[in-house]
Parts: sequence; structure tokens; C-alpha cells
Amino acid sequence: MKVIVDQNKCVASGQCVLATPEVFDQREEDGIVVLLTENPPEHLADDVRQAAVLCPAQAIWMEEQEKNE
Amino acid sequence: MSTISAPGTDAPSAEVPDYPMTRAVGCPFDPPPTLYTLQGRAPVSRVRLWDGSSPWLVTRYEDQRALLADPRISADSTHPHHPHQSPGSLVRRRQSRSFISMDDPEHARQRRMVTAAFSIKHVEALRPAIQKIVDGLIDAMLAGPKPVDLVQAFALPVPSLVICELLGVPYADHDFFQANSKVLIKRATPPEQARAATQRLIDYLDRLIGDKLVHPADDLLSTLAARVKAGELSRREAANTGILLLIAGHETTANMIALGTLTLLQHPDQLARLRESDDPKVIASAVEELLRYLNIVHSGRRRVALEDIEIGGVTIRAGEGVILANDIGNRDPAAFPDPDRLDIGRDTRHHVAFGFGVHQCLGQPLARVELQVVYGTLYRRIPTVQLAVDLEEIPFKHDGLVYGVYELPITW
Ligand code: HEM
Ligand code: SF4
Repeated sequence: MKVIVDQNKCVASGQCVLATPEVFDQREEDGIVVLLTENPPEHLADDVRQAAVLCPAQAIWMEEQEKNE
Repeated sequence: MSTISAPGTDAPSAEVPDYPMTRAVGCPFDPPPTLYTLQGRAPVSRVRLWDGSSPWLVTRYEDQRALLADPRISADSTHPHHPHQSPGSLVRRRQSRSFISMDDPEHARQRRMVTAAFSIKHVEALRPAIQKIVDGLIDAMLAGPKPVDLVQAFALPVPSLVICELLGVPYADHDFFQANSKVLIKRATPPEQARAATQRLIDYLDRLIGDKLVHPADDLLSTLAARVKAGELSRREAANTGILLLIAGHETTANMIALGTLTLLQHPDQLARLRESDDPKVIASAVEELLRYLNIVHSGRRRVALEDIEIGGVTIRAGEGVILANDIGNRDPAAFPDPDRLDIGRDTRHHVAFGFGVHQCLGQPLARVELQVVYGTLYRRIPTVQLAVDLEEIPFKHDGLVYGVYELPITW
């Protein structure tokens, strides 16, 4: 899974950080989302999906990669 | 039911119900019965407001999320068809217009000036100070006479002390700002009283921002003052943001504390589960469930469609008012199984009690920590807490833009 965030859309609600602190953080100066890792480990996949559902600004989405071979 | 026909409506006027609706007698914790009916039968339908207008009321959870996140929906309170909550609210939203009543890009520009203070990290850092405030107020209650009114002795002071500290507003002035916000969040407040209260708050915040321009401190009003100095914000805009934060920062959380406590007292099994757990996850989950179940901001999110929008089988025309009734959205069985049951163990983080879209509550991380500290402390330190009067004697804020109780006499 590849995670993508759009900092222009983000409204600094903090929902993603509460859902998956291993993957999302907030910028010190304005609380806007920062991605800690683009390719989170599989065991965090559900939490990341939850973060995307909770994000009020639709600033988070995933590209589910085909399991190759 | 009203029979006046508003211009430009195609709905049969005799069937347009008045909004807001009244809750059923004996069910002070549930949304009005008519909202359940509408959600089941006509999930996007017209309602009649105090000014005779007939905006659309949206009652299903998914439709509400879709519309609140839709850029074709405007929160601009100066739009001629904005469905205002009351005559007083119309006056306030125009006289003191803050970013809650603006659209992007100006909304985003102004919101981002204050978001840093509400990041998860910053708010978590306040937890020990909030714990101290909560413990201090409980000490004072335990040392004082009983019964005591939980609203005055605890529910109002907790968020007021916190928001004063964060903004840099002297807590000594709490009688002044609490009295004025009380006027502004009552539906029946006449426009001239709303105008006077708003002006008093504008003058007050303007004076404080003037002080911060000269003596900046480590607080949010000083952050706003710095933006004024930099020419990025007018002094009036800074004062308007200050008013928004001050009012939103204490009225809402105070109602969640008092009404949440009353709700738990009516659900002793849930209260026991909460009291007996010291798992922060259980406490956090109880906070989310009470937010969902009570949805205290019960007057609906107010918007205008900027383009034609198809939703729920109807077409909302460009320029028409739209109200998203989050209280009934949070009771939608499609989103929350068995929605009318309070269950502090369920995963309910996707509720819309803080709204959705770009205006979703800025203060939510702070509100969460305040409520987690309160719900995690109050019932453990006063394990025998109980109502000092019958439930029937508790005055509910049926006439408030924010729901809650005016008084909650408790004893132990
Ligand atoms: C339990 C407590 C609270 C509840 C239920 C609540 C609820 C809400 C809701 C429903 C909205 C959305 C308004 C809309 O879409 O039209 C909102 C917005 C807002 N809230 Fe809260 N709130 C709470 C606490 C707080 C606190 C503690 C603060 C600040 C210190 C705060 C500041 C704000 C601000 C500034 C906005 C406007 C955001 C924007 O327009 O971008 N709220 N709140
Ligand atoms: S949940 Fe969305 S809006 Fe909130 S901080 Fe994360 S990316 Fe930003």
C-alpha cells in the first residue's frame, strides 16, 4: 500500500494522527499533515484506511499495490 | 406545520414541517421523533424556518458527509439564502463574521493562523495542566456543601479555565464573557440584544488584542496580534476569531460535561464500565460514544448550494439553503448499528458530532482531552455521585443552539 496526502486540502483536524500515529504527524508551525512513511507495514493497513475515512478534508488516500508475483 | 408558501419552492407547502423540531416528552436524550420519520421516508426534504424560508433538511449520515465535504456547498453567512438559526444568530454571524462563516480560500487562510495550537502534540502537552484544573475543582466541590450544581461548580469552569489560558484571556472576566455568550446561544434572543452582546465581546477582544500588540505573551491572542502587526489580518478580524474561539471553546465542552454526566447516571451499567477501567482506550471510546449519542450542537450545520446538486433523490438548486442535521445523522442505523443504544465500547469515531468537511471542529483535539480527563476522573473521585433531584426537574436547553442542561444538582 502506498499512502498519499494532500497538504493543501488538509485542515489540521488531527484525526489521522489519532488513528495512526505511526504514519501521520502534524507540522509544528500549523498542524498540517506530514507523512512519516509512504509505505506503511501491512499490519497498519486497516488503521490507515480508517484515517482516510475519518479525514474530514479528503486529504488522504491509498494506492493499493498489486501483490506482484 | 406551517402553510405559508415561500417563493421559489416546488414542495407542497402544507406538508413542510417547522424546523427545529421538538424532542419527545420523556426522551430528552434522543433527537425529535419527526427527524427519525424524515430519515426513513424523505431523507432530503424541505423544512420551514423562523423567517418563513424553506431550505432542504438532510437527515442521512452518508448524505451529510458527502455534502459537508462538497466544494459546491458554502458556509458563507452573508449569502442572502443562508439558513440562519435564529434572528439573533443572523445578527451575530454578520456583525462578527469569523472563518466558521467563510469559504475557502479565505477560510483556510484564517483557520491556519490558529491551527498550530490545536495539534495533537500541543494539546497532549496540556493534559497535565487540565488534570490539575479538574482535580482542583473536584477538591473544592468535595470540601463544599452538597448538593452542588455541577454546571456552575465544574462543567463551566473546566473549559473556561482551559480556553482562557490558551487564548490569554483573564479568567477573572469569566462572568462577563459567559453572560454574553449565554445571550448569543439562546434561540429566542431578540436581535437587538444579540447585537449589544456581540458588540460588548468585540470591544472586549479588541482591547485584549491591543494589549497583546504591546505586550505579546505565549498565547493565541498574541499569535493573532502578530498577524495584525504583519498586516495579514485586520484588528476586527482578529477580534472576531478571538470571539469564535472563546465561545466555541467553553460553551460546547461545558455542555458535554454536564449532559454527559447526566446521561451516564441514567445508564449505570455504562457508568460502572467507565469507572472501573483505567484503560485510556476505554475512556477515549466513551468520549466518542457520548459525543455521537448526545450530539449537543443540535441545530444543524447551515449551508447554501452554489450549484445544482443531486442527492437523496432530489435536486438541490443553486442558491438554495441546506441544513445537515447531525443529531439524526449520528443515529442513522446505516452508519451505527442499533443507534439509539448508548454503548461506550463501540467504535464510533466516524460520528459527525464535530461536523465534517473543511469546517470540522478546530477544537476537537482539545475537547477530546478535556472530556477524557473529566470522564476519567470525576466518577472515580466521587464514586457515589448521584442526582440530587428527580430527572423531571432538570431543565434542558431545548431553546439553545447548543443542547445541554442549565443546572445539574448532584450529591454523593
Ligand atoms: C465537545 C465540544 C465541541 C463540540 C461538540 C464542537 C462542535 C463543533 C461543530 C459541529 C463544528 C462545525 C461547524 C460547522 O460545520 O458549521 C465546530 C466548529 C468549530 N469549533 Fe468546535 N466543538 C467543540 C469544542 C470546541 C472547542 C474546545 C473549540 C476551541 C477552542 C472549538 C472551536 C471550533 C472552531 C474554531 C470551529 C470552526 C472551524 C471552521 O469553521 O473551520 N470547538 N465545532
Ligand atoms: S485527518 Fe485529514 S485534515 Fe485532519 S490532519 Fe489528517 S490529513 Fe489533515
